Amino acid sequence: MRAGIIVTYDGSWLGVFTLVFQVYAHRWDVKEIVKSSEKVQAQLFADITTVITDEQLANRVLKSLRESFGNELIQELYYVFLSELPEADLLLLKAVQFYFAKAKDPNYQKNIKGSNLRTQAGGGGVRHNYAEDTVLQVQQIGRSVSRERHRMKAFIRFEKMNDGLYVAFIAPDFNVLPLIIKHFRDRYTDQCWLIYDVKRNFGAYYNLHTVEEIILEDGDQGQAVRAISWDAEEALYSDLWKRYFRAVNIKERKNMKLHIQEVPRRYWKYLTEKK
Amino acid sequence: MSDRIKEKLEILADAAKYDVSCSSSGSNRKNKNGGLGNTGAGICHTYTEDGRCVSLLKILLTNHCIYDCAYCVTRKSNDIKRAAFTVQEVVDLTINFYRRNYIEGLFLSSGIFKNADYTMERLVLVAKKLRQEHNFNGYIHLKTIPGASDELMHEAGLWADRLSVNLEIPTEEGLKLLAPDKTRASMIQPMDYLKNEIIRTSEEKKIIRSTPKFAPAGQSTQMIIGASGETDQHIIKTAQYFYKNFQLKRVYYSGYVPISMDSRLPSIGTAVPTVRENRLYQTDWLMRFYGFKANEIVNDSHPTLDLDIDPKLGWALRNLHVFPIDINRADYALILRIPGIGVSSAKKLVAARKFTALGLEHLKKIGVAVNRAKYFISCRGYLPTVSDKPAERIKSYILAESASKYLKVAPNQLSLF
Ligand code: SF4
Repeated sequence: MRAGIIVTYDGSWLGVFTLVFQVYAHRWDVKEIVKSSEKVQAQLFADITTVITDEQLANRVLKSLRESFGNELIQELYYVFLSELPEADLLLLKAVQFYFAKAKDPNYQKNIKGSNLRTQAGGGGVRHNYAEDTVLQVQQIGRSVSRERHRMKAFIRFEKMNDGLYVAFIAPDFNVLPLIIKHFRDRYTDQCWLIYDVKRNFGAYYNLHTVEEIILEDGDQGQAVRAISWDAEEALYSDLWKRYFRAVNIKERKNMKLHIQEVPRRYWKYLTEKK
Repeated sequence: MSDRIKEKLEILADAAKYDVSCSSSGSNRKNKNGGLGNTGAGICHTYTEDGRCVSLLKILLTNHCIYDCAYCVTRKSNDIKRAAFTVQEVVDLTINFYRRNYIEGLFLSSGIFKNADYTMERLVLVAKKLRQEHNFNGYIHLKTIPGASDELMHEAGLWADRLSVNLEIPTEEGLKLLAPDKTRASMIQPMDYLKNEIIRTSEEKKIIRSTPKFAPAGQSTQMIIGASGETDQHIIKTAQYFYKNFQLKRVYYSGYVPISMDSRLPSIGTAVPTVRENRLYQTDWLMRFYGFKANEIVNDSHPTLDLDIDPKLGWALRNLHVFPIDINRADYALILRIPGIGVSSAKKLVAARKFTALGLEHLKKIGVAVNRAKYFISCRGYLPTVSDKPAERIKSYILAESASKYLKVAPNQLSLF
């Protein structure tokens, strides 16, 4: 048993669960988790343990979590992962440890059996033990990520290029692009589109058949795409939309405080009507 | 050409903005055969500067109108610019806005030109073109024109997700005074037809799965608040009556914005009753999601909603004998009635208390507004010290503690309890 070690991993989803596996295998007591991409000053971390991502090991952990607590838990943890918050890595480890401990606890087992794991009044799963800090924290971060995901669905504005491609650039607070692809694929099946996260430098491109992940070569705000020019009617429709937005205001009811609460300033950069 | 379309859009969006409904939920239309769009997400794509959700392209087909309803900017005696879209223009706007992710769909209404059928026919044509020629599966809300034929109403239901007939004025007398061309009966008739069609098709669908959808998001209506001197009790009773008898999905309340020098109406410059409107929405929520009956909130001895406190707190203060409610034992339905506890906290409390007896610290973490709830609850290690105090005293404590929230209540904002 080694006390209070620092662990580094590649920052991937499967990396997290490989790490969890190793923590159990070696009975590590982890005090800090660092992503290998984060520049660490070697001298400060003399004793640093590296975890090599192993899909099989990770999947064993995930499978066992899924069996005991359902897919909803995996999804909640995935949201925490996508939050990219500094505390997310340790929280994920803590959460898994908490849930595995509960899986072995006969009292909790009794509660889970025969009761509905899904969210509803009186649902019995441990996931709903909101009196527990870890559970509550996972749920709260999940909510923030979910809110950002929802905002991206709402605030993305496509611009039409002269080759027919609809393009949107985004820079969300959390890494939510993976969470919105299905929504856009289901909705816009008969137009090619590209949603590009300029902050994380990757995008989702739909070519009328499948969605591919792409990385723009110059990596620079998607210059390559911007170099193509706009569709002839793009200016007309974005102007019509701005006019529409202005026309629907009721000036007697103006309430900018509420407006800003609903559309925080940091999202204005996406919004055609706020440009 | 493009300048004219810009002007038309400005005129016909401006005229449509007093209809507050902008909901795009309640329907679950899938994107079929590689077409465009779906419904079910109910997204607000932006918010107006007065904080209202913008989900749909909400416009009139035309603001020419043969009627003269006093409360309406479009009335024939009003001296304003008039415009009319062609069917194709509305279709193009909808498709192009939708493809850019500006909107969830279209809400199309109209002034009445020539006659009801002539107008309704064009509204239906827009919806039909969108569905058939563009394979558009986004949301369509059509206003049904009172007096239109059953055949047209039926066709409207085949293409649209939601249909609505606005009651406009909560009382019959008010309507007679302000909209001499209209009668309550002429509004009830299409509502009744729609209700029956909706029930009939959903029954048929159980047997024959291929029965086409008919207005899957149901019907809704709107009442204008503060134009005809009605009380809150009138409004809420009317709302409950229509919810019950016409199976409405939603009743919307629109605070009257003075637009006219007319002795029958509040004069220009009178403030829009946004706080009252907010209280009515809260009441509506209490009836739909919190299990309250209309007469628990307003009744003959209490016909007006309090403006300084929300209707749930108002009910609690009039019914102190029900409290304190034990967080660890009371039924979910009772927990919901505690001021400071919303639906989501109530669910969490009921789930969490299976594991631990809950105390105030848990309530705080779960998101209960303990400042308010503390007068009405007991939980582990906590008994309220003021529950034997008169209601007025408790009210003043709560108002003092949350002064900013109640005094500067954000109009129209649905922050609930
Ligand atoms: S019929 Fe409709 S559009 Fe015409 S004046 Fe009356 S409310 Fe306005």
